[in-house]
Amino acid sequence: MENTKTERPGKVIFSEYKRGGGIIKAISMGRDDILLELRGSRLKGRGGAGFPTSTKWMLTAASISDEKYIICNADEGEPGTFKDRVLLDEYPELVFDGMVVAGYTIGAKTGIVYLRGEYEYLLQPLQDYLAEMRKDNLLGNDILGKEGFNFDIKIFLGSGAYVCGEETALIESLEGHRGEARNRPPYPVNTGFNGKPTSVNNVETLATIPHIVLKGAEWFNNVGTSNSTGSKLFSVSGDCKKPGVYELPWGTSINELLELVGAENTKAVQIGGASGFCYPKSQFDRKLAYEDVATGGSVIIFNESRKMIEVLRNFMEFFVEESCGQCTPCRIGNTKLLEGVKQIEKGEHTFSYINKLKELGKTMQVSSKCGLGQSSPNPFISIIENFKDEVLNYNNGGDNGRL
Amino acid sequence: MLVEEKTSLAEEIESLVKEYGNDRSALLTILHDIQKKHRYISDYAQQEIARHLNIQPVEVYSVISFYAFLNSTPKGRNIVRICRTITCEMKGKAAIEKAIERELKIKIGETTKDRKFTVEYANCLGLCDVAPAMSINDRVYTRLTPEKAVQLLNNIK
Repeated sequence: MENTKTERPGKVIFSEYKRGGGIIKAISMGRDDILLELRGSRLKGRGGAGFPTSTKWMLTAASISDEKYIICNADEGEPGTFKDRVLLDEYPELVFDGMVVAGYTIGAKTGIVYLRGEYEYLLQPLQDYLAEMRKDNLLGNDILGKEGFNFDIKIFLGSGAYVCGEETALIESLEGHRGEARNRPPYPVNTGFNGKPTSVNNVETLATIPHIVLKGAEWFNNVGTSNSTGSKLFSVSGDCKKPGVYELPWGTSINELLELVGAENTKAVQIGGASGFCYPKSQFDRKLAYEDVATGGSVIIFNESRKMIEVLRNFMEFFVEESCGQCTPCRIGNTKLLEGVKQIEKGEHTFSYINKLKELGKTMQVSSKCGLGQSSPNPFISIIENFKDEVLNYNNGGDNGRL
Repeated sequence: MLVEEKTSLAEEIESLVKEYGNDRSALLTILHDIQKKHRYISDYAQQEIARHLNIQPVEVYSVISFYAFLNSTPKGRNIVRICRTITCEMKGKAAIEKAIERELKIKIGETTKDRKFTVEYANCLGLCDVAPAMSINDRVYTRLTPEKAVQLLNNIK
């Protein structure tokens, strides 16, 4: 991989930060004060689910146990997402400082980074970085002279399973099992890694924490919209001139983003990765925010030359492969949806069968055990609904049906 | 497997268990190290690991079969993974795949006769901004062209 460290503009995450700054401020504050500041910031989990971070930390902090864990979820497997790679590669100080602050706040002594196996090349630089932090007493015993505050971080390497990004599957994997999601409740905040209270946070969430601790909730609230505070990293790829990671305030419209990245003749945008939704031109004025188009930050752009049914097939093949297979709606459902896509491609489908498959998709959304099967019908339903003319007439009565 | 090989593997596993502990949570780390060194986890290795961690060998097998990066049968010395997810597909994955297949005279999923390469697909390597991408062992290569991809393979001794 090329090693280019570019200056990135941004109001929150990419704003100026000096290593250790967040930790120094945090240990001068009480644990409750940090939690209150965090609640004031209304920061929500950046992995995609959008659960309030302060609630997760309060529950973990309130759990009574001799051992607690903070886990950094760096199992970034969603197609089209690479912001965590950039953060870990170029801004490890933000992620690790965020983990130390988390450890201090919830009372954990151990932090674990679950690094996806595909990012093995980041392992050594990160280990070296942790060694530096230990040397400077940013990790270890009595951190920066704060008596009784002991915290260290280790890195665990994943072995190539998309489903391990789901927090309970991730914990199963850490414990040495197959990465199959658990039933919830109990939630990890009570019964997590090795049965102890555990807070699992996304890389980007943790990277935001040191800034909030240093600069305060009010400063954070000034960015974004009233319901979606702060900014978001967007991983932009596909048909555009400048793919890459962009930090934009919540509330930016799809149109504005497309202009920024130099996208032309755009037909469709898949937002939220393979498990997200596909939006046609008519909806490009919608806003990227929890109250409108909520997302973990993956934006894949398709221009007029792309065939949406082929895009959909790629997504469904991905889910068939990555479904862990323990629950039936996801294991069989994704296979059936892929069969349907292949029928459409060959022009052998019937409309009534496609409608049945859409119903099946809705069943999967409510009956699957974890987020994988609950969200994998999203592209199927949204592409078939939003690009009906093109998709359902592919190979049946001329190119795209209308020509 | 030769007796000597068995003994050295057993010693290796024993030292890994010493390093990472004999708790179940050490399993994936141990498997990862064995996989990295031997390119696969043999039946004998599975039994030894199970014995040390006090679990059934079939549990070790079940974990190996779950993860894409672990395997219980031998593969080539170098594992090439071509990213097949959407952005890489849009940016020319098919041409790279064909060029590699022609050059090595194998299909995706197969191993060359001299056991030098195994070529597989990977699901999203997280390099969509610099697509198309592939990995060779634990290194990744981006903005590939068919020619560049083949050249990378030929550079490996």
